[in-house]
Amino acid sequence: MLLMVYAIPMSLIGEVSVQTILHETIRNLYFHVTMWFSMFILFVVSMINAVMFLRSGNLLHDHRSEMYARTSLLFGFIGIFTGMIWANFTWGAPWVNDPQLNGAAITILSYLAYLVLRSSVNDAQKKARLAAVYNIFAFTLMFVLIGILPRINDSLHPGKGGNPGFGSYDLAPAMRPVFYMSILAWTLVGVWISQIQVKIKIQQSKFKSDNI
Amino acid sequence: MLLWKEFTLEFRNRNALNGIVLYVFSTIFIAYQSFRSVSDVPVWNALLWIILLFSSVNAVNKTFQNDGSGRQYYFYLLADPVAVILSKILYNIILLTFLSLVSAAFYSLVLGNPVQQYGNFILVLLLGSIGLSSLLTMVSAISYKSGNAMGMIAVLGFPIMIPLLITIIKASKGVADGLPFSTYSKYLVTMAGLDILIIALSVILFPYLWRD
Repeated sequence: MLLMVYAIPMSLIGEVSVQTILHETIRNLYFHVTMWFSMFILFVVSMINAVMFLRSGNLLHDHRSEMYARTSLLFGFIGIFTGMIWANFTWGAPWVNDPQLNGAAITILSYLAYLVLRSSVNDAQKKARLAAVYNIFAFTLMFVLIGILPRINDSLHPGKGGNPGFGSYDLAPAMRPVFYMSILAWTLVGVWISQIQVKIKIQQSKFKSDNI
Repeated sequence: MLLWKEFTLEFRNRNALNGIVLYVFSTIFIAYQSFRSVSDVPVWNALLWIILLFSSVNAVNKTFQNDGSGRQYYFYLLADPVAVILSKILYNIILLTFLSLVSAAFYSLVLGNPVQQYGNFILVLLLGSIGLSSLLTMVSAISYKSGNAMGMIAVLGFPIMIPLLITIIKASKGVADGLPFSTYSKYLVTMAGLDILIIALSVILFPYLWRD
């Protein structure tokens, strides 16, 4: 609840800072890159909640874990689409065979599999436990996939496979605070969405148990 | 002890084991009939690992189904979950190593073999089957608990198997191309790391799946 109160004004600020700049493809940095950053942060939150559920058995953590995973999946899709637009301009094609792109696609697949797993089990406790285990498993492997594999292969992305990272030469100093701010803002938007979803979920499960 | 039980169980219904071996052989034979001879190294490599992938999914699939629910309950009372998962993983590692060696030999027999460095190739096969079997054991535990084991294992397993598969295919392509060891040793290190990571995760997470 506190987080929500915090998130609403923050997301408004974030949207202002994002919308003041448009056109020119470098501005996609504020959308594409920040999308992936916040997606990753939200997956981490989801994973931590899965761990907390396994330790405590409290279904609230499970709801949180599910909703954060859903929200970051949404961010992942937006990240892929913004990335496609950007890649179309800079690399000449919307989809190139790049380890990072494959990693992103596989991440999305494995979290879709997570949702399939969730929907296939009926018992709430059991579903939560299976999903939490799979979540931790998938997250760890995804971390290897996105974090380590592109670095030992060649990638078109900056900072990988011998390419210099952004920021060392072409990120104007004025863009830096906006960039960090928009990571924070998108993450908080994600937190906000997830919090609302969690609340809906809690109300629904209360409603169900009342009716029984 | 538990490992011994797995072996006796396997030998008791030997038709299952024979079935898998037959499955691999007939798949290789189909590949042979459709390709006749594969001169292209990447195709040779990819075909081998696709065959091994599907046969390992089939082999590991029945890890948990073999034990009826009564026997599971019996183990639950008697044994430590860590011992259970370790024995299952160890059994599957032995099974898959055997399977992959036999099928690689047969595959090279009918489709030719571009590999020069046999020691390294067997090392890749070993590391690959250790990784695949431990990952699939865990996934089959999850999918067994979720109720419909057959469908879930593919849905859950394939996305998170891809990081492992990418490294395996890169490493074994390096071996098959006859490159010097230093060019693909990083993939072998990554594979070994992934194997350890997967087994460690299974040991940590399996106790949560186990209690029902």
